[in-house]
Amino acid sequence: MIGAKGLISLRKGISRGLQGWASELKFTFKILKRDRTGLVGLGIIVFFALMAAIGPEVYPLEMMPHPEDRFLPPSLEHPLGTDFAGRDTLAQIIHGSRSVMAVAFLTGLFVVLISIVLGISSGYIGGKFDMLMMRIVDVFLTIPSFPLLVIIAASVNRTLSPVEVALIIAAVEWAGLTRAIRSQVLSIREENYIESARCLGLGAFHIIFNEIFPSLKPYIAMNLCLTIVSAIYSQVGLYFLGVMPYTSVNWGTMLNIALYRQSGLLNRKVWPYLFSPVICVVLVQTGFILFLHTLEEIFNPRLRSEEA
Amino acid sequence: MNWVVRRIINLILTIIISVSVTFFLVRIMPGNPVDTLIQQYMMQGYSYKEALTAVRALISYMPNEPLHIQYFNYWKAILRGDLGRSITLATPVSQILGFAVPWTVFIVSISLLSSFSVGVLLGVYAAYKRGSLFDHSISLFASISRSIPHYIIGVVFVVFLAVQLRLFPAYGAYGRGVTPGFNIQFIGSVLYHAALPVITYVVTTFGGWMLSMKSNTISVLGEYYVVAARARGLPNRRISLTYVGRNAILPLFTRFAISIGYMFGGVVFVETIFSYPGIGSYLSYAIGVRDWTLMTGCFLLITIAVVVSNFVADLLYSRLDPRIRFTAK
Repeated sequence: MIGAKGLISLRKGISRGLQGWASELKFTFKILKRDRTGLVGLGIIVFFALMAAIGPEVYPLEMMPHPEDRFLPPSLEHPLGTDFAGRDTLAQIIHGSRSVMAVAFLTGLFVVLISIVLGISSGYIGGKFDMLMMRIVDVFLTIPSFPLLVIIAASVNRTLSPVEVALIIAAVEWAGLTRAIRSQVLSIREENYIESARCLGLGAFHIIFNEIFPSLKPYIAMNLCLTIVSAIYSQVGLYFLGVMPYTSVNWGTMLNIALYRQSGLLNRKVWPYLFSPVICVVLVQTGFILFLHTLEEIFNPRLRSEEA
Repeated sequence: MNWVVRRIINLILTIIISVSVTFFLVRIMPGNPVDTLIQQYMMQGYSYKEALTAVRALISYMPNEPLHIQYFNYWKAILRGDLGRSITLATPVSQILGFAVPWTVFIVSISLLSSFSVGVLLGVYAAYKRGSLFDHSISLFASISRSIPHYIIGVVFVVFLAVQLRLFPAYGAYGRGVTPGFNIQFIGSVLYHAALPVITYVVTTFGGWMLSMKSNTISVLGEYYVVAARARGLPNRRISLTYVGRNAILPLFTRFAISIGYMFGGVVFVETIFSYPGIGSYLSYAIGVRDWTLMTGCFLLITIAVVVSNFVADLLYSRLDPRIRFTAK
């Protein structure tokens, strides 16, 4: 039985992999249709992804001050009102979403790539290499990541591109997923189908990518969501504290300006400008968490609602 | 390898790496703060030599010495408890931190305990009422609130509860009129000022405790010893406390370590937003004015606090659950 499973996964070529993807997608949508919170989550993610992708092209940003338009309340012309210098708040939110989403997805990508390479090799090779890797992982898990991030970001003396910001955040946050993937690999390695693959004389490369990796996919997908959530936290936080130079418009920068330069605490006119990024951050994070819930249900049948 | 030895190695390695990171970031990076500082002094009309002595008074730094000697001296100073002088406040960093640490430890420990107890209680309750409307709504709220950054909740609280409604103070650790000391007014004022930071922490962190307590409780409820206890006719209260509660709570302690780190990390935001005079506020002040000695001092202290409390939490956990000591190789 188990040997047969090994043979099947062995025959799985690239074309079958693609078919698998298609059926997985179909299955995902089936669950999403039933699970409305997950659909809401996906909707929010798609909304902000679109805002980041095409918003800035459609809705121009003009940073020229118009002192006569200071703190206008929301209107048709300025849907979210204007800031302290008479600039449109919605334009800043839309243009800010691009850097927020870009950094979030890039960080997710980097963390996942680093963790896959290090986690799988550590779990598969084992021995001294594994021991050394795990000591390093332990250290990175212990050092409080946000203060470390602050120190690193503050010592870079120039403006950073989204890729660079994402690399810095990934450098601080890779350890958790690496350790998780490594322990998954450790338990998968003991499965019978891996042993039969070994008996068939299949190479390590084949075993890692065709036998072990597919069972890690759900795990990685869920952690990608979590990494994105924490990347948004870190990045908006860094701009909020004013650690990194204000290059472009970012939601964190807006929060910082509203609170510490425009006395957003006392002046109610600042509220549209202050709460726009607040609501956006809450929405994006909620979207990813709701979607994560559905992913958990998709990959873990035991969690599926009874009516399934 | 022995479990305790492994923890000690981790503790030492973490501190060594944190100290080295601060050393290299501040001195070695291109355009590093020390060079910038020397340039600033020179722009004020100092000669290079004078600027160098001024900087050396702040941080024991000698650019002409080989790197390993500099590194060695840096360590020697730190081990003596000398973190240099704050560049902007002209006070020894260790002295500033001495004032700040108690407040931070106070806030973090109260927050950790409250969010732990709130989470555990709600988790058990949700597990007993699983499938109910209460369970669904509190679980959803827990998973969403957990993902909302501290600073977002903090900003909302400070704007509405502190400034607009004036229910809580918006800044400081105690009121202006009270004299610090062991008296009712002072203690009351301290607790009152700590309320909003603590609530911010609790709202953003209880979800993790609650969700895992709920799933642990549900799985323990299915154990045979619980069924047996029921069959023996033990009172429900006793079953839920000693049979279910104790076993369900045990795995939560492994998460204590991660949680402590997360809380100390969030201190930068929570204390800054509520202008609370702890390490986090000083760290964010130091970032604002690029005060490197204060910044690295705050970072090292936060790291040491996290490492040590991790270590203690791990040791306690190994006391509570002997399986850890014996199975972990």
